[in-house]
Amino acid sequence: MRPADLLPVGTVGLRARPLRAGLSALGVAIGIAAVVAVLSITRSSQADLLAQIDRLGTNLLIVANGRSIDGQEAELPARASGMLGRVGGVRHVAPTAQLQAVGVYRTDKVPAFLTGALVVRACDPALLATLDGHVRHGGFLNPASARYPATVLGHEAAKGLGIAALAQHTRVWLGGHWFTVVGILDPFPLAPEIDRSALVGFPVAARLLGHDGRPSRIYVRTDTEQTGAVAGLLGRTADPEHPEQVQASRPSDALTARIAAKSATTGLFLGLGAVALLVGGIGIANVMVIGVLERRSEIGLRRALGAARGHVAAQFLVESLLLAALGGVAGVTAGGAITVAIAGRQQWAVQLPAVAPWGGLAAALAVGAVAGLYPALRAARLAPTDALRSV
Amino acid sequence: MTPILELDQVRKVYAGTPPVEPVRGVTLTVTEGELVAVVGPSGSGKTTLLHLMAALDRPTSGTVRVAGQPIGGLPDRRVAGLRAHRLGVVFQQFFLLESLSALDNVATGLLYRGVAGAERRRLARQALERVGLGHRLDHRPTALSGGERQRVAIARALVGHPQVVLADEPTGNLDSAATADLVALLQALNRQGATLLVVTHDHGVAAAMARQVELRDGQVVSDSGGGRP
Repeated sequence: MRPADLLPVGTVGLRARPLRAGLSALGVAIGIAAVVAVLSITRSSQADLLAQIDRLGTNLLIVANGRSIDGQEAELPARASGMLGRVGGVRHVAPTAQLQAVGVYRTDKVPAFLTGALVVRACDPALLATLDGHVRHGGFLNPASARYPATVLGHEAAKGLGIAALAQHTRVWLGGHWFTVVGILDPFPLAPEIDRSALVGFPVAARLLGHDGRPSRIYVRTDTEQTGAVAGLLGRTADPEHPEQVQASRPSDALTARIAAKSATTGLFLGLGAVALLVGGIGIANVMVIGVLERRSEIGLRRALGAARGHVAAQFLVESLLLAALGGVAGVTAGGAITVAIAGRQQWAVQLPAVAPWGGLAAALAVGAVAGLYPALRAARLAPTDALRSV
Repeated sequence: MTPILELDQVRKVYAGTPPVEPVRGVTLTVTEGELVAVVGPSGSGKTTLLHLMAALDRPTSGTVRVAGQPIGGLPDRRVAGLRAHRLGVVFQQFFLLESLSALDNVATGLLYRGVAGAERRRLARQALERVGLGHRLDHRPTALSGGERQRVAIARALVGHPQVVLADEPTGNLDSAATADLVALLQALNRQGATLLVVTHDHGVAAAMARQVELRDGQVVSDSGGGRP
């Protein structure tokens, strides 16, 4: 028998029962598709998170003083932001202060308790540069507008107030005064609290809203390589008397943690894929064992035509490998399609790690080899006279 | 004439309680160009004898020589090689592969000789034409009558021009008309030079062969050509 004949001979059984072949290949296909999709989707989403982190930067730090009993942000010393600005490696400092008991409403007719979970925050015009944020409509506060009743709305705040765009003299009722909306911001993924805020200048907050000038949350942008060192100094610098009360956080850590979390769930899903693959392999072994029983007369005939034991074993092994390869190719294709579909919905760039298709095919073939080994040996051991007599 | 099959005091015993001994000391020689019938009732050991002659089984004692080669001590691969190159076998149940055409079924007869695919199909076409099925090359076995299927099986056994074709009850699944056709075909093939040995329980079929060997209880009771070397 020529090596080139192995492939067509290995397909004889598959062609005789295509439905059975398809169903048993399906088991492997599901396992491989799961493995390929899990690997590729994880890679795509991690790549997306990494890109997001790159875009937002890991050099933003937030200094806060915890929260008071009523959930309001606690205050930091008035000199804190000035002190922070003097720390080496700090590029921008932007103090903000959540204003206690001040609400923002679309009109003066809205009852005061319907705050819509929006807050009013005094801020420094440096906030936009510090957060590396973008204004969607209008402009940001500047040293001049910070002294007058003007406000810039965070992305969620604008939505909550029903202000989609800036018309002439768009006003909101803020702390008992009419404030002109001068700008609407894009979302800040690293500082979602800004999204729910109406921002006003410190001077106008002191004059009209009774603010004492003490910040409750300070944003610090550092040189990237010094971020760690600066973070260690923030507590003592911001509040030398009670450094232990000061919380310094790095919001990009949350995104990094999400990558780690995704890696953990990947392991779980890969395990599930491996179980599916195992079940698929058992399916193939099962079908092959049944095939050997049903095809005893074919085995006997082939022995009578001159097949040695090795030929018979090779035929059944090739058949099992073909089934698994069929499942492997279908699984890799399906896994790739699932990845493209999900990445498309999430607007991620599709990332197919090379190990996914090649590893998937290799795993399928390994399953086929293991599943086919026993049936192949069993077929080879069958005595030709028994095989021919069984009909 | 060259002896092709030589059986000398061949016995076959299957272990069991009690042991079964379907072949009890058969001595038989088939030479080139013969047309032999081994005839006997069911249970006379015909099929076991055929399996021994076809090198599908090994004798418990005695020697079986195929083309001068004793098969007793040969490894599996060598015995398989003898079957592929020297012997052709035809079965009562035809044993055609249903997913293959008649042509591909016949070509399978050359698969284990290492003949290339195109050459296999060319020789298969010739063999099918030889048995009168040149017009049925691409039909699946299910589309053929019983007589046609058996002729495909005979073409498969003949395709490599083996030194002898062994047929086990080739007419067992055929009606009388198809049986007559098949017997005529076997006689014609023999006239063209093929050596044929037919195992049958049908005395009518046996009578149409040149030599009759009668088997009963695993022993040869008469041999019309027994005097030949």
